[in-house]
Amino acid sequence: MKQSIRDAYGNALCELGEEMKQIVVLDADVSSSTKSGVFGKQYPERFINVGVAENNMISMAAGLSIVGYIPFVNTFATFMVGRGADPLKSLIAYGKLNVKVAGAYAGLSDSYDGATHHALEDLAFFRSLPNFTVISVADGVQARKAVKVAAQLEGPVYLRLSRAEVPILYDESTPFELGKGDVLEEGKDLTIIATGVMVSKALEASQILKNEGITTKVINIHTIKPIDQALIVESAKQTGRVLVVEEHNINGGLGSAVCEVLSETYPVPVKRMGTQDCFTESGDYEALLCKYGLDATSIVHEAITLIRTN
Amino acid sequence: MEVAKVDHLKQMNHRFRQELIELLHKIQTGHPGGSLSCTEILTLLYFDKMDITPLNLQNPERDHFILSKGHAAPMLYLTLAEKGFFDKEELQNLRQINSMLQGHPCSKTTPGVEVSTGPLGLGISAGCGIAKGLKMQGIDRHVYVLMGDGEIQEGVVWEAAMSAAKFKLDNLVVILDANGVQLDGTTEEVMPMGDIKAKWEAFGFRVIEANGHDITSLSEAIDEAKEIEGKPSLILAHTVKGKGISFMEGKNIWHGKPISDAEYVTALKELEVEV
Repeated sequence: MKQSIRDAYGNALCELGEEMKQIVVLDADVSSSTKSGVFGKQYPERFINVGVAENNMISMAAGLSIVGYIPFVNTFATFMVGRGADPLKSLIAYGKLNVKVAGAYAGLSDSYDGATHHALEDLAFFRSLPNFTVISVADGVQARKAVKVAAQLEGPVYLRLSRAEVPILYDESTPFELGKGDVLEEGKDLTIIATGVMVSKALEASQILKNEGITTKVINIHTIKPIDQALIVESAKQTGRVLVVEEHNINGGLGSAVCEVLSETYPVPVKRMGTQDCFTESGDYEALLCKYGLDATSIVHEAITLIRTN
Repeated sequence: MEVAKVDHLKQMNHRFRQELIELLHKIQTGHPGGSLSCTEILTLLYFDKMDITPLNLQNPERDHFILSKGHAAPMLYLTLAEKGFFDKEELQNLRQINSMLQGHPCSKTTPGVEVSTGPLGLGISAGCGIAKGLKMQGIDRHVYVLMGDGEIQEGVVWEAAMSAAKFKLDNLVVILDANGVQLDGTTEEVMPMGDIKAKWEAFGFRVIEANGHDITSLSEAIDEAKEIEGKPSLILAHTVKGKGISFMEGKNIWHGKPISDAEYVTALKELEVEV
């Protein structure tokens, strides 16, 4: 069964709005895409549409947080970084303000709109901002839980969301533990670390590999920062090799974060899968994922290569 | 405003100018020009118009202030210290390592600084957020934002201006320190802004003009701005960059230049004259 991450996010905001009256939601004219409009319909008095003005949206959210609100700001992930970098750094991060930044349509998920609308740099940016917690959800259930966790955490949070419909991996009873990776599959030959939509692809690849007699440990790192160092090191010790898969440029995202952890504590061979420092193009989402090597078949291929050569 | 009060503020401004020159000469860094153009605006706000004290910072029922032109931090710090937000001794550590007084205002280190500023244009936008929040909470208080005129070349200023009008932020009072000079030259040379008054009016603001170095003129403008309903207001305060020091007045090189020993002596001699 599949569920759209953005729908889950919109509904979760709405549910939480009932519980927490301090929540206000801002959007920059894309509320029907980000699904923040679901909240806007339910709570028009706590919904602020600033028009096509991301910088002002984020700076206004800073002001709202100063007088006690918990603002959720919404736009496409790539515009959040591109247009919002200045207030995200100098107001939100520097001031350690209680603002939640929801980056919609991350990775290649706004597939047909092309390279300008694909967000393959957001994790690198938010990882480099002090005080930010960075979350990347793998399915609709996690999206819902992450919204709640973000709202309850005092301080700035980046929530990486997707436009895609993805298989439901979690059930409601699974807790969302901030800063803890989830082991979804146990195995001894290789650790596959993934985030976001790539988690389901990694699980798919793991099944194919199992049929080939290769067992893999599959981990979902939903909290990119602070990252679960202990689990990454423990898994590297168990399997001796690590493959990282993310819908992001291989520079600066989860792959880089995993390499940073392992090179300083327990170096093992690591292969980073993501877009190869290139601009992307328009097309069907699944077709794009295949083209840029982010499908199950590509993961299987890289896994086998990594095991054979190391 | 009473004559005694005006005289008191005049004396304070005079003293602040002396202290600023002494401080910036001593540390050989910091921005004198833009600090001297907004001296009257800051003292009038903190010592007459605004309800902000070290004691009511946790109280939601108070006014708010943002120094959007963050480089005027030295004059803000003199004002905050005088108001009792921190010990005046701290001023000597301005811009030095381990100091609570950063080169540009930092909300995390300096008591009384509510919004960190420095990158221009963001202060008015954050001010719109505070003003909107106060309205949503039904709190009848004002948000004062002090901007530079070079600063309004930033695009986000106009994004914020549109939103202030849309949300009818009549609790937002923007004061434009219009000294006509920015880092690289005069505003006319660097990026002419045309009819500033007409621009802000076109964006939905009530614009009130004032002499930014005349306490009475400024005071009347602020009082008028506070009474406006249904729309935000902007006080176009005509000022002089480097005001009070003849060789600094109207000169862009004094945006952020260290003060030499000879210049220091000349400046203090000018300021020896009693007001």
